[in-house]
Amino acid sequence: MSKPRFRWHILAFLAPAVFVYTAVMIFPLFNTLRLALYSKIDQERVFVGLENFYTLLGNPIWADQFWNALGNNFWFFLIHMVVQNPIGIALAAILSHPRLRFAAFYRSAIFIPTILSFVIVGFAWKLILSPIWGIAPSMLDAVGLKSLFAPWLGKEEYALTTLALVSVWQFVGIPMMLIYAALLSIPEEILEAGEIDGITGTSAFWKIKLPLILPSIGIISILTFVGNFNAFDLIYTSQGALAGPNFSTDILGTFMYRTFFGFQLQLGDPYMGSAIASAMFAIILVGVCIYLFGIQTRMRRYQL
Amino acid sequence: MNQARSNPLNKAAMHGALILYTLIALFPVFVILINSFKTRKAIFREPLALPGADTFSMIGYQTVMKQGDFFLYFQNSMIVTVVSLTFILLFGAMAAFALSEYRFKGNLVMGLYLALGIMIPIRIGTVAILEMMVATGLVNTLTALILVYTAQGLPLAVFILSEFMRQVSDDLKNAGRIDGLSEYTIFFRLVLPLVRPAMATVAVFNMIPIWNDLWFPLILAPAEETKTLTLGSQVFIGQFVTDWNAVLSALSMAILPVLILYVIFSRQLIRGITSGAVK
Repeated sequence: MSKPRFRWHILAFLAPAVFVYTAVMIFPLFNTLRLALYSKIDQERVFVGLENFYTLLGNPIWADQFWNALGNNFWFFLIHMVVQNPIGIALAAILSHPRLRFAAFYRSAIFIPTILSFVIVGFAWKLILSPIWGIAPSMLDAVGLKSLFAPWLGKEEYALTTLALVSVWQFVGIPMMLIYAALLSIPEEILEAGEIDGITGTSAFWKIKLPLILPSIGIISILTFVGNFNAFDLIYTSQGALAGPNFSTDILGTFMYRTFFGFQLQLGDPYMGSAIASAMFAIILVGVCIYLFGIQTRMRRYQL
Repeated sequence: MNQARSNPLNKAAMHGALILYTLIALFPVFVILINSFKTRKAIFREPLALPGADTFSMIGYQTVMKQGDFFLYFQNSMIVTVVSLTFILLFGAMAAFALSEYRFKGNLVMGLYLALGIMIPIRIGTVAILEMMVATGLVNTLTALILVYTAQGLPLAVFILSEFMRQVSDDLKNAGRIDGLSEYTIFFRLVLPLVRPAMATVAVFNMIPIWNDLWFPLILAPAEETKTLTLGSQVFIGQFVTDWNAVLSALSMAILPVLILYVIFSRQLIRGITSGAVK
């Protein structure tokens, strides 16, 4: 049998995408992991093995910042999981109700914050929460809760939670849309079968719909995880690179930016920056693997 | 239909909840927009009032026009977004066609390799990307941004488009082959027009993150001539923190283009998400 001739067109179709993707994404990714093993000594790049990681985890100045950023990042993620996703699911459940009027309008309006940039969202909320402008205090005053007001973004103990909630406000549209899509794909017969057995309204949601949309909830969780662990923009626009007050809103993204790009008096250190990026890579990889092998494969899928 | 699912009390509660959340979602945008048209005094005295005859003022917009080069920023954002989207769609569709149409050694591996980038954010590689752009002299050029966004968008584009291309009928393509069309003609003339809806979905998905990105413009192209609208408004607002008129106007000017795009494309976007393109 003669060897089939080489099909050049396959190569031609694949080449541009594979080239750009490899050169600008995959290669720099591994190069960053490699750079984490180097350091600059006397103006020269020297291989130092795992030295940077020892510094990051062992040197108290670095380790404190790293654990602070990591802890904050987990808190940031937790708020998204317990606030954003349940609200998103609840909104989707209401929206998917058959014959609900104005559903398209609500859907489009609630999605608007998601399309705005972090710059807009960060500054808009900064202005609204600002004690100088007084929109937030006067609105609380109107419902008799003025005593609850505090300059939330300026207080160490509230700032991170406030920013996480702002981020939730911005992104609630994504779980809403994905769950909405999942709910629409549930066949009517299943719901009607439930009705015949007397399962309606809320209990239909808990007993029939929720188990069916669990895979979508899994996808949303992993998307939230990856998104939160490389978040940067919102903190940077509203609190600056120093993630104030007193680093209380510092997350891995801002920590990496400060380290690698430098700020004010600290000089940028690409090698330590790479070490932090590698740590972020490892965290995201662990999260994705837990999802892929631990959750997704064990989840019961129902054939619809 | 049945009674149980359409109780009027329930219906009112549902509308109540949705209206409440819609207000929460729109309120900040609304406050920013109305206050950008007011005098400084009115902004502080009556922040929630609509601009009236005596409180109306365009002073903020005048400052923005004088101080910031917003048309240039807008143009930069436009170039970066449009060119990146073109590359993502063209290269993505070509690769998706190769993967979905032909059986060849390494097909599966190549598919997995391209899918890696869906879950791993490109930002992790920033240090090396910057180093590479410095070495090639691309720092502070729009080309650097276009390259990065193209690479970032390709994995999901290939994934979504190859799903759709599998549904294009084989008979059609084979008929083309019998008529002597080349593989390239089959792709550009027969397949591409058929997956246009999927291409629109991919475009809308990619448009928003590219337009709104702050990280890469900040690191790769912070020069005045290459600032995107997002970075430009960030820097501008940072400098004019105390000039509330200017800040509010700059925010409104950053909101408007996105809002207009959204009004045009929201149907497409929502259909894209709900058709299960991202399952």
